[in-house]
Amino acid sequence: MLIELKNVSHIYADDFQGTEALKNINLKIRDHEFIGLVGHTGSGKSTLVQLLNGLIKPSSGSVIIDGVNITEEKTGLLGIRRKIGLVFQYPEHQLFEETVFGDVAFGPRNLGLSEEEVEVRVRESLELVGLDYEEFKDRSPFNLSGGQQRKVAIAGVLAMKPEVLILDEPSAGLDPQGRQQLISLLEYLYNKKGMTIILVSHRMEEIAHLANRVIVMSEGEIIFDDNPAKVFSEVERIRELGLDLPEITEILWRLNRKGLKVRTDIFSLAEAVEEISRELRGSEIC
Amino acid sequence: MLRNITIGQYMARDSIIHNLDPRIKIVITIMMITALFFIDTFSGYGLFFLSVLVIIYLSRIPLIRIIRGLKPVLFLVLLTLILHIFFTRGGEVIWQWGFISIEAEGLYTGLFMVTRIILLIMFTSLLTLTTSPLELTNGIEYLLSPLKRVGVPASELAMMMTIALRFIPTLLEEADKIMKAQMARGADFESGNLVKRARNLIPLLVPLFISAFRRADDLALAMESRCYHGGEGRTRLHELKVRAGDFIALALALLLCVAFIYF
Ligand SMILES: Nc1ncnc2c1ncn2[C@@H]1O[C@H](COP(=O)(O)OP(=O)(O)O)[C@@H](O)[C@H]1O
Ligand SMILES: [Mg+2]
Repeated sequence: MLIELKNVSHIYADDFQGTEALKNINLKIRDHEFIGLVGHTGSGKSTLVQLLNGLIKPSSGSVIIDGVNITEEKTGLLGIRRKIGLVFQYPEHQLFEETVFGDVAFGPRNLGLSEEEVEVRVRESLELVGLDYEEFKDRSPFNLSGGQQRKVAIAGVLAMKPEVLILDEPSAGLDPQGRQQLISLLEYLYNKKGMTIILVSHRMEEIAHLANRVIVMSEGEIIFDDNPAKVFSEVERIRELGLDLPEITEILWRLNRKGLKVRTDIFSLAEAVEEISRELRGSEIC
Repeated sequence: MLRNITIGQYMARDSIIHNLDPRIKIVITIMMITALFFIDTFSGYGLFFLSVLVIIYLSRIPLIRIIRGLKPVLFLVLLTLILHIFFTRGGEVIWQWGFISIEAEGLYTGLFMVTRIILLIMFTSLLTLTTSPLELTNGIEYLLSPLKRVGVPASELAMMMTIALRFIPTLLEEADKIMKAQMARGADFESGNLVKRARNLIPLLVPLFISAFRRADDLALAMESRCYHGGEGRTRLHELKVRAGDFIALALALLLCVAFIYF
């Protein structure tokens, strides 16, 4: 599936002065990409992802999904929303059913699937997020822990079997274990299920670890759009934009500035250790 | 989409009108509105309209803003006009087509009523445009405080209003977000018959109520931990003070009211 944004601008028309949340965005998202979308608060990330499945219409420009311009289309958005799943920020705030089953089933039922198919999907998605089906299906979502609630909410989107999964700051407020589980889930969905994933996050480690393409936004514009190594080599600019670097990049970059000639385009701990010790062995210091 | 509903339409400006004491503004508004209902000539309306224009000018609120405030009552205005024109009888016949006729009395009363409604809305929206919701509640609290003696909980009422005003935009934003989240899961809020539509609102209303209760709990806790225990003996950071300008405004308003009625 190809998602294409052409000269997309979006202005929130509030009262008199509108906020120009997006300015002339051009973007192509291809099958099986893992995109990390970063930018400081208010840079337009949430606006951008909501445009992608037709929740908001651009003020100008067009959003084209599989050759269909969804900004023109009057109906047919349900089809788009089936294909492109969006997990909002704090998705647990959208839970409403009496049982976990009912809540996860909401999406599939809206798609008009048979009850058998709905049950299969609920079971599948609950297991995917790591919740035991038999144990959780009849419980009230409101008696679960925050982390479990979020899993239920994510399962609710997965149950629609989207081809593209967009997650808006899914790890915000999770404990380290919850974050780790989320990362594993995303890896699984990307590698084993072949999904296209767009991850909005402030945690650069997550992005560097998972994404194969990083988009940096600022003030409604795309500043960088490249692979993680390229993007995170723009250390000064990233800092100027008020963003962090992945911790490992940060360390390597500082070592580099102190005169140790290590590469800075490394994002896994093991590789970094190897690179540093290789460099140290090679130099006169040891 | 839901954000477009503005409850507090206050426009911050630095003007004489904005700086008037809210209590005085409320009293003046009540006086002027009452006077408006006693006006029985178009020249009286003319004078009223003129004073509204002067106040708008002094308040530095763009005229277009006031005119836009009239949009929601447009329907009411037209309906009033049409009803009067076609159904109020009396006076000479101005126009006739079959059994439908327009008579002078109808036209006159229609225009008269419409002018009254328009001026009423213009003046009250001037109050809300130039007075922040917080000032308004403060003003109302003061004006109601004599009633405390007979058991009206004026401070509590004012606190409730303040809190409600504070949270309306937050809840609207929240509703917008939840609505979008459910739409992303294929929810449909726009089609179907009335019953179906009402049922479709459940996925919106349940989370909204839960979040409102959660916020209420948090707020109560936060207020209690800062020793709030009712309005008794509470002092304010900004005490309202009546200044010379306020008295002048009040005197002018009184004069105007008398003028409207005898014009
Ligand atoms: N529903 C809305 N109404 C009005 N303005 C909004 C709305 N949502 C976001 N904005 C504004 O648009 C800009 C971009 O916001 P957003 O896309 O939420 O950024 P991010 O997700 O990167 O923090 C901000 O200035 C924000 O205040
Ligand atoms: Mg956001």
